[in-house]
Amino acid sequence: MAIHPKEHRVVLKYADEPGYTPDIDCYMSKGGYETLKTAFTKKPEDIRDEVKKSQLRGRGGAGFPAGVKWSLVDRKSGKPIYLVCNADESEPGTFKDRQIMHKDPHQLIEGMMISAFANDVAQAFIYIREEMPKAAKILDQAILEAKEKGFCGDNICGSGYSCDLVVHRGAAAYICGEETGLIESLEGKRANPRIKPPYFPAVLGLYQCPTIVNNVETLCDVKHIMEMGADAFGKIGRPNNTGTRIWCVSGGVQRPGYYEVAGITLGELVYDICGGPLPGRTIKAIIPGGSSMKILRNGERFKGKNPDGSEYDWGVEDIPLDYDGIAAAGSMSGSGGMMVLDDTISIPAALANLMSFYSHESCGQCTPCREGSLWLKKITTRMVHGEARPDDVDLLKSVADQIAGRTICAFGFAVAWPVQSYIAKFEEEFREFAEQQSNPDTDRSSVKELACNHG
Amino acid sequence: MNLKPETLAEIEASILKYPEKRSAVMPLLHAIQKDVGFVSNEAAEWVAGKLDMEPIQVLSVITFYPFFRQHKVGKRHIRVCRTLACAMAGGSKVCDRMLKEFDTDLNGISPDGEVTVEFAECLASCGSAPVMLVDEDLHENLDEAKASEICNKIKAEAKNA
Repeated sequence: MAIHPKEHRVVLKYADEPGYTPDIDCYMSKGGYETLKTAFTKKPEDIRDEVKKSQLRGRGGAGFPAGVKWSLVDRKSGKPIYLVCNADESEPGTFKDRQIMHKDPHQLIEGMMISAFANDVAQAFIYIREEMPKAAKILDQAILEAKEKGFCGDNICGSGYSCDLVVHRGAAAYICGEETGLIESLEGKRANPRIKPPYFPAVLGLYQCPTIVNNVETLCDVKHIMEMGADAFGKIGRPNNTGTRIWCVSGGVQRPGYYEVAGITLGELVYDICGGPLPGRTIKAIIPGGSSMKILRNGERFKGKNPDGSEYDWGVEDIPLDYDGIAAAGSMSGSGGMMVLDDTISIPAALANLMSFYSHESCGQCTPCREGSLWLKKITTRMVHGEARPDDVDLLKSVADQIAGRTICAFGFAVAWPVQSYIAKFEEEFREFAEQQSNPDTDRSSVKELACNHG
Repeated sequence: MNLKPETLAEIEASILKYPEKRSAVMPLLHAIQKDVGFVSNEAAEWVAGKLDMEPIQVLSVITFYPFFRQHKVGKRHIRVCRTLACAMAGGSKVCDRMLKEFDTDLNGISPDGEVTVEFAECLASCGSAPVMLVDEDLHENLDEAKASEICNKIKAEAKNA
């Protein structure tokens, strides 16, 4: 049920409807599992082709086309193929998968079983973060119900195809959201991401077998692609940005929350749907797709050329709210976690908060990231505490530049991008902040609260 | 290892879920921590024996994941989110109020043994910030007054227990 008329709800269609519950009878009363039944009348390769044709892109962060990801699976190795749902939703600002798992778990199971059949999967897993204990229980219960009715487990829908589904709980490590770290964790090890190549999950994944790792929302979309057809799905949103996306908005807006939309601008989401800034405040900056993504400063212009040669010149509110739109503005839509920073927020203190996060979450195997993230925390924290050194702003940038691109996984970019972009767009504020905080008469309580790192 | 019968049953069932035994290390540690409150070296050795692993391999898992702990905590485990969306909405003040109400320090055990209050990284509920987990229950849209209410409830429950 849409919360705002500008929403276009597909995945969350029933989630907030009064009386809608996570149990299987409720799901089936809305036509649930009908698409799975139909899937068994098709050939697995036809389902894969349909998903590829839909141009569905991953909803977890990188936006890689799901159909292409599936097409890379090594089907000739003779080894079992595994499917893992990445439900380790941990990117600060993101809380969409939580809604699906809590309110409509069977939709995920149906999407997963269609995907499993399409890829001849031997066993499927849902890797869920530890901090969502209730969602894990809801999923366990839903899987039991689905098994009883023959939609999961042995001989699904009487087709002769069997696929067990297991919920695996993490233990509070953000890096498990990185797919190869997740696989290591599922194997019972530290979640140290693997080097690609050779460890592309589609070839050498779980137990060195071909493995597909897809996000919760992506797998739900598979169900809807099979239900409405790739053509209809492709008509939602823009080409190469097909389907709806669930955006999570937090921070300085009047109506924070999760909204499923397609084909709108960033301004429509922030101002129309979320009601814009709180009374008496203005929007200073927007982190568009989770805390790792480069910040957009309100007031800057985003200029460039469209693929057809025409030119665009956008304010932050004009940016098309999709993968390509936000990429054209120099950032990424990531996991859809949008954080709005209003004029009461100190950018350097916000960065200090995030650097505590990243230094805590670095897995530690690559030196630039392990050491660098800690230094970024130390430097930003000493700025907050009025102990900045004259060259600290330059030092921050230098450390970030030495992490980006020099690590095994993309976490290095996730640490570096906030530092690089915040300084690029708010350098003056950083320099003023360092000086101002160093004045012994300055009241530092509010910036300390924002940094919230007790360091 | 002195574990409850239901913990042992859960452990045996967990091992069967995976194609390779070692994958059950986290489920086993979860089950033991839930039963005993933390994971001791003895428990790590026991898990290693159960899954044909070396004790150091189990220990390397315990020390990597923040949720696994090698020490006791209070009867109730309180985790206040500290990451950006919650911090912008006043998470720091909420945490301070919890600490004051229970007369305790961050990460310590309150004098009455009832709670341990910690900061946690993003709990994935930024739209209803600030939030905290009390054991498995998520509390949303908090402020200092609501934090005090939750503290009073915990204290009342402890008295009636």
